[in-house]
Amino acid sequence: MPDFCGISLAHPVINASGTYDAIAARQIFGDALLEDFPFSAFVSKTITPEPRAGNAPRRIWETPAGMINSIGLPNKGLEGFLAEDLPRLAELPVPLIVSVMATGRPEFSRLVEAVGDRDEVGAIELNVSCPNVHSGLIVGEQPGETEALLETLRPLTAKPLIVKLTPNVADPAAVAVAAEQGGADAVSLINTLKASAIDPVGGDPALAAGHGGLSGPAVRPVAVQQLRAVVAATALPAIGMGGICSGADAREFLAAGAALVAVGTENFRDPRAGSRVAAELAEGTRGRSGPAPVLDLK
Amino acid sequence: MNAPFGRRRCEVSEVRDSGGYRLFSLLDREGPEPLPGQFYMLATVDRWAGQGERPFLPRAISVAETGPAATGSRLDFLIEGIGPGTDRLCGLQVGEEVWVNGPLGNSFLTPRELTPGAAGAILVGGGIGIAPLALLRRSFGERNIPTRVLLGFRDQAHSGGLDDLFRCCEVGLASEDGHVGHRGYVTDLLAAMLAGDDAGSAAVYSCGPPAMLEAVRALCAERDVACELAMESPMACGYGACFGCAVPRPDGTYMRLCVDGPVVRGEQVAEVAHA
Repeated sequence: MPDFCGISLAHPVINASGTYDAIAARQIFGDALLEDFPFSAFVSKTITPEPRAGNAPRRIWETPAGMINSIGLPNKGLEGFLAEDLPRLAELPVPLIVSVMATGRPEFSRLVEAVGDRDEVGAIELNVSCPNVHSGLIVGEQPGETEALLETLRPLTAKPLIVKLTPNVADPAAVAVAAEQGGADAVSLINTLKASAIDPVGGDPALAAGHGGLSGPAVRPVAVQQLRAVVAATALPAIGMGGICSGADAREFLAAGAALVAVGTENFRDPRAGSRVAAELAEGTRGRSGPAPVLDLK
Repeated sequence: MNAPFGRRRCEVSEVRDSGGYRLFSLLDREGPEPLPGQFYMLATVDRWAGQGERPFLPRAISVAETGPAATGSRLDFLIEGIGPGTDRLCGLQVGEEVWVNGPLGNSFLTPRELTPGAAGAILVGGGIGIAPLALLRRSFGERNIPTRVLLGFRDQAHSGGLDDLFRCCEVGLASEDGHVGHRGYVTDLLAAMLAGDDAGSAAVYSCGPPAMLEAVRALCAERDVACELAMESPMACGYGACFGCAVPRPDGTYMRLCVDGPVVRGEQVAEVAHA
């Protein structure tokens, strides 16, 4: 049973923020979702102070072994989240981690105080790395900004603060160190890689926003390297993610130093991917006969 | 009834050419019977990602027909190969396995549910979009709802599914190349039909290319006729997780087509975006 920042979890597989809507999934799949909930903790979609409609379509584009998205953080805003979504997320059979993002420290503080006050919330993830929203990029790209933000937020709650790191910097470990110095309890990485595609029909950018974030197996080796660099530079527990589709993938992240792993894009292909990855991981850990490792260039 | 939680393997029980399209059937041992307009997320178990590491994501495909099978139910899908995912699905062979998630999304309302004065239904389909209307036509027929069907095609190569899915009923046809029926658009037939009807006596149900859906929406709005459109939008997951399938509402917000649709009333959407 992994212990993560004092929270006891049934297994080391959680979800990446913004890749699973447990409320919609329960409406579609019914209580079967709760009976075999795929993750050992649930990370909400990012909440912002005010409601957001999200970006104009087109929002997603399939790429080799992955996809680019520019969703634009649609959400009900803090008040809507607390009133409508939090009570329903509290019915999930696992601890809840709420992801928050704001454009400035006062707004960030308001989010952390309001969310941190709620007993239903186990931890808070700070989205300082979303590549779709300009302000998020700035904080997470700069160690000084990140440390200052954490120094502001740290005194406001006793709940664990997880900093979601952006991969779109030369040295993510420097930002992780800054987060640690500012008082963060953990880091999670990677967020999506800034990416574009051109629509072959017409020759214009495929996404309405012009660019988005790349995810899926295509980014996995990048994630493993950034995870290794961050783990080597800080003592903070790290949630590793980036293209995890199987138990073997999860094992790679754990071997690279992750305390937990998160499944993201694979949820889109398989609504129970989290349970499957956890089961495959457990099989391998117990040394049962699983599929043989896939060897490089063999 | 809820869709089973998670994706499941279903075996291909039948494949055949249907005009310029492919029609294949899956044997579903677990899922509830789908409602007209509902869709499934489909990906082959083997050799998905066969063209330049694509497809990666499953494909959202509306069910065209369903019926009981010896050990479950049969799900029929009409496919036009226009990209790596639909090409792969067109190449399915009997005995292959497909990952299936569904049935997903909502269904159509009856004419009376849409507007109190409407006793009958007019179904307007275009191209590959005729598929979900086949199941809708049968469903309305079983409920004794008078239903007229208008279908339009670009040309002979894009008129698949007609004989297989609409064999047993009278259909008004249009084709842009004039190879069958009225030479022109199916919306020409709809305009003439609505002009001949008593106002508000029928509701319109449509599925087809975006330009056709927009023409149907505008025509119905102009004449104050209730309509439902079965729409399409790029979708990664089909169950509300990815937020990719955003469709603009008239108030500037967006719906997720997978959970709020794919069937939407004409007045629920802004102009249907089309090239």
